[in-house]
Amino acid sequence: MSDYTSQEMMVAVAAREIRDGELVFVGMRLPILAYGVARSTHAPHARALYELGLMRDQPAAGFLGTMGDPPNVAGALWATRMSNVMALMAQGQVDLGFIGGAQVDRFGNLNTSYIGDPARPATKLPGSGGGADIAILSRRWVALMTHEPRRLVERVSYVTSPGHGDGAGWRARNGLRGGGPSAIVTTLAVLRFPAGGGEAYLASVHPGRTVEEVRRNTGWDLHVADDVVETPEPTVEELAHTRRLDPDGFWTRRE
Amino acid sequence: MAEAVARFVPDGASVAIGTALEPAIPFAAGHEIIRQRRRDLTLVGPISDSLFDQLIGAGCVATVCAAWVGNVSEGLGHCYRRATEQGEPRPIEVRDHSNFSISLALWAAAWGSPYIPTPTLLGSDIVRTNPGLKLSDGAVNVLPVQPDVTILHAQRADTEGHAHFWGPLGISEEAGLAASKVIVCCEELVAAEVVLSDPNRVLLPETKVVAVVHEPGGTHPAPLQGFWRRDHAAYRDYAARSRTAEGFREWLQNWVLAVADRREYLARLDATAALLVRRHLHSAPVDYGDE
Repeated sequence: MSDYTSQEMMVAVAAREIRDGELVFVGMRLPILAYGVARSTHAPHARALYELGLMRDQPAAGFLGTMGDPPNVAGALWATRMSNVMALMAQGQVDLGFIGGAQVDRFGNLNTSYIGDPARPATKLPGSGGGADIAILSRRWVALMTHEPRRLVERVSYVTSPGHGDGAGWRARNGLRGGGPSAIVTTLAVLRFPAGGGEAYLASVHPGRTVEEVRRNTGWDLHVADDVVETPEPTVEELAHTRRLDPDGFWTRRE
Repeated sequence: MAEAVARFVPDGASVAIGTALEPAIPFAAGHEIIRQRRRDLTLVGPISDSLFDQLIGAGCVATVCAAWVGNVSEGLGHCYRRATEQGEPRPIEVRDHSNFSISLALWAAAWGSPYIPTPTLLGSDIVRTNPGLKLSDGAVNVLPVQPDVTILHAQRADTEGHAHFWGPLGISEEAGLAASKVIVCCEELVAAEVVLSDPNRVLLPETKVVAVVHEPGGTHPAPLQGFWRRDHAAYRDYAARSRTAEGFREWLQNWVLAVADRREYLARLDATAALLVRRHLHSAPVDYGDE
């Protein structure tokens, strides 16, 4: 298989982060597809939580532009208030969350709020949504990013959603309950973090990309794992499920 | 709608709207607020899918107290960016929250609590930039946020203000309980015995509700479970047109200012039939038998 988009690659990689039986806090956009692919392939016993107040098992029968579209509510296991869903996460029952980021740094801290001075920002980004809650309270989380030097930066100027702070041990010292980021899935590669937290390293490079290209597009001196590998391509099955869930390429074939 | 907004949404009011997140957004109420040229509003919400952006672009807003402002399927809110970055059409103050913390702030107000301590937002700079959040003893204390008025769009209601709302609730209950007043917009106006046949599904007490507005189609382009699908193309069109201030003003003229009311707005849409939910899935009735 070589005819797939970088978004389809990210969906497949994100789907593989979901283990069977896990409770997943699904964010917007590509994670909605990743959950559907995982549930339809290797994780038939996973469950999904959506922050507006939903739990489901089966992926929705129709296309979703947002988690609140009617097909995501029909057939739900639970329709409730947001604070009930957040309660499960605060109790440590959410195994994995997904967060999209505008900027991420070497320790996995995300900025989705302000570029520049918050009082008069150069760029005002939309904000946390549920991102900060996932980053602090889920047992582990995965960030999805476009891989560009302006997005993968040495240090974010504003921490909307904390990762590993300034390195290993920071989360425990500051009372953060969840385990923090375990991976950053990008358009070029997969970065991972050491057990117990710390600095991201290059774990795998997507097909057709090189270690040098990934390092050149990263805003810090990115460590490369000794055993860095090529990311396995999306399988025929993963692509088929992705295209079933996104038939018009709304999420996976946009510029 | 015009009367409800004129009576209960004065200049300077704090307004919670769009509290179910992506579904059931009372766009018709928001557009009426714009037409009546309200000023200096504080908007309260979780994520806002384009409605806050429109109210900000129209110059109605002084302060935003929310977790996320943009266009959920398209990305950034262009009017929000122009207001925060360039002060156009006017500067606004932003009090950032996360989804969990804005929910807790409303619960604090609903319960009359001075604050609610929570583990969320520990280590986030949101605590540093929002004075309504205080770090204390390894927790974040979330101070109350009390809207003057919460505006909801329910599937059905009676004239006394009993509303049945179904689907995910987001922060609708706490926003309604925290507010001094609630305006209920509804898709269907029904007899009291229909609503009171299932009191568990009544969202809020009638004592909070000051107005009931029968406004079919009032959530477009947002979906409403059992009635309307989401109009993704309308959100895409709004994102493209609002990219420039001039484009936004044209959009505002066409879809809000030159439109008398929601009935006329719906008549201007080409494809309302395709947006109506056709596959209906009724729940089984429950038994409230009493002896």
